[in-house]
Amino acid sequence: MLLMLPGPILTSKPAPTAAATPGAAAPSAITPTSLTAPAETVLTVEHVDKSFGDNHVLRDFSLALRRGENVVVLGKSGSGKSVLIKCIIGLLLPDRGCITVLGQDVAGLSHQQMDELRARVGFLFQSNALYDSMTVRENLLFPLRRHWLQHRRAEEDALVRQVLDDVGLAQTADLMPAELSGGMRKRIALARTLILRPDIILYDEPTTGLDPVTSREISHLIRQVQQKYNASALIIAHDMSCVRLTADRVALLLDGCCYAEGSYAELAARPDPRIHEFFA
Amino acid sequence: MPNYPILALTGGLARFASRFFRDGFRPRYEVGEWLYQCYVVGYQSLPLVGVTGFIMGIVLTLQSRPTMAQFGAESWIPAMVGLTIIREMGPIITALIFAGKIGSSIGAELGSMRVTEQIDAMEVSGTNPFKYLVVTRVLATTLMLPMLTLLADAIALYASYIGLNMRGVTTLALFVNNILGRLTFGDALPAFVKTFFFGFAVGLIGCYKGYYADKGTEGVGQAANSAVVVSSLVIFILDLVAVQITGLLGLN
Repeated sequence: MLLMLPGPILTSKPAPTAAATPGAAAPSAITPTSLTAPAETVLTVEHVDKSFGDNHVLRDFSLALRRGENVVVLGKSGSGKSVLIKCIIGLLLPDRGCITVLGQDVAGLSHQQMDELRARVGFLFQSNALYDSMTVRENLLFPLRRHWLQHRRAEEDALVRQVLDDVGLAQTADLMPAELSGGMRKRIALARTLILRPDIILYDEPTTGLDPVTSREISHLIRQVQQKYNASALIIAHDMSCVRLTADRVALLLDGCCYAEGSYAELAARPDPRIHEFFA
Repeated sequence: MPNYPILALTGGLARFASRFFRDGFRPRYEVGEWLYQCYVVGYQSLPLVGVTGFIMGIVLTLQSRPTMAQFGAESWIPAMVGLTIIREMGPIITALIFAGKIGSSIGAELGSMRVTEQIDAMEVSGTNPFKYLVVTRVLATTLMLPMLTLLADAIALYASYIGLNMRGVTTLALFVNNILGRLTFGDALPAFVKTFFFGFAVGLIGCYKGYYADKGTEGVGQAANSAVVVSSLVIFILDLVAVQITGLLGLN
């Protein structure tokens, strides 16, 4: 259950744009050369190449993400989706091309600038990456304290309570990650991302390893988070149920490049067999 | 490079060590985590090191007694056992036990953090994982092993005193005087100094193996295992180097 509590500590953000509203018509395909859309572009990936030895994972990949929009990057396992998302957050460096996040070129940032940028960009890891040796509460407070965001104890408690309420796990603050189920761990990982109120959230296969019911719950949660926080989201996925429920726009990653782009319905209707095999 | 794994390991460790010295002394200082690691590495190793030291002291005394008695040299037992424990057995046995307990634990912990992306998550959370995880652990092992060795030496010597009194009667004052009468700074100081290097090696190798673990859970097991094997080997090599250096300084 997701409670829409008014944020007592955090200031509220502007209302989501029409393009970001679930159910609204998805915008037409965006390329970096057509960034004249009315909504502000918060993330652009332009002509990015990335190779590991002879394995060319990304080839001239381009994509843009607008404020309040959910874009799903769809592709087969091993197609380079996670590499893309790690390049965006600066965990990997692209061989060529430019990645701009919230107006800043990721490649040109110092460590300190990168840390400041990362405080505004949340990352939900595929494996959740919760710290095993810390309680849920300590996990949630870790990014808050590490980003030098000083709060009084009461404020920290309120923040923890709020994000746990948001993901429907209010009673788990003192549990260890090992005591939680897979779905609960995913929710806590999302709560850890939300506690910094990011402008952009990067989801790396958020429903992998979950049963269909929990997977649907997580997909709905991603939508609810988008509505409440007005955060843009780049979602790496190959679970079509998650893609259908969360995407305003889908970018199909094939052969290292953005093979096709459009709303879920648009892509599902295309006759191209390479696209169709994902939607069959 | 795969054809020369020893060279690759040596080069990798050298780079890792240089990064430790480059990054380790710049802010931000992870004092809280370092103190916690000192507690984990030092305090939680006390029981094992204590028991090992006790057994080492009592066994060494009981085993050497018959031979010494044959030569009528029982009065030399305290000095002989004391020198053996303080110069060699205490540091080397404690370091090997330490490598088995702490080296494997660091390798497995960091390895599992690597394969479950916790290290990446730390980096995304505005934390330099090298400083937070590696520097704190290496500093903790470097400082805690000498402390544990001193403790193990003391326990081993007391166990030796108990061992002597199991077959005869010796006062504690006589026992201590007998040891101190033969012991010089040239015996104690190099032995103490080399334990800092042993501790540094155990921490650095455990962290290196864990930090660069791959291949999922299999990689975690390999990291833990090779951390112990390589640390133990490096401890012996360092001991050999220490003996050569003290020999050159005329302290042997």
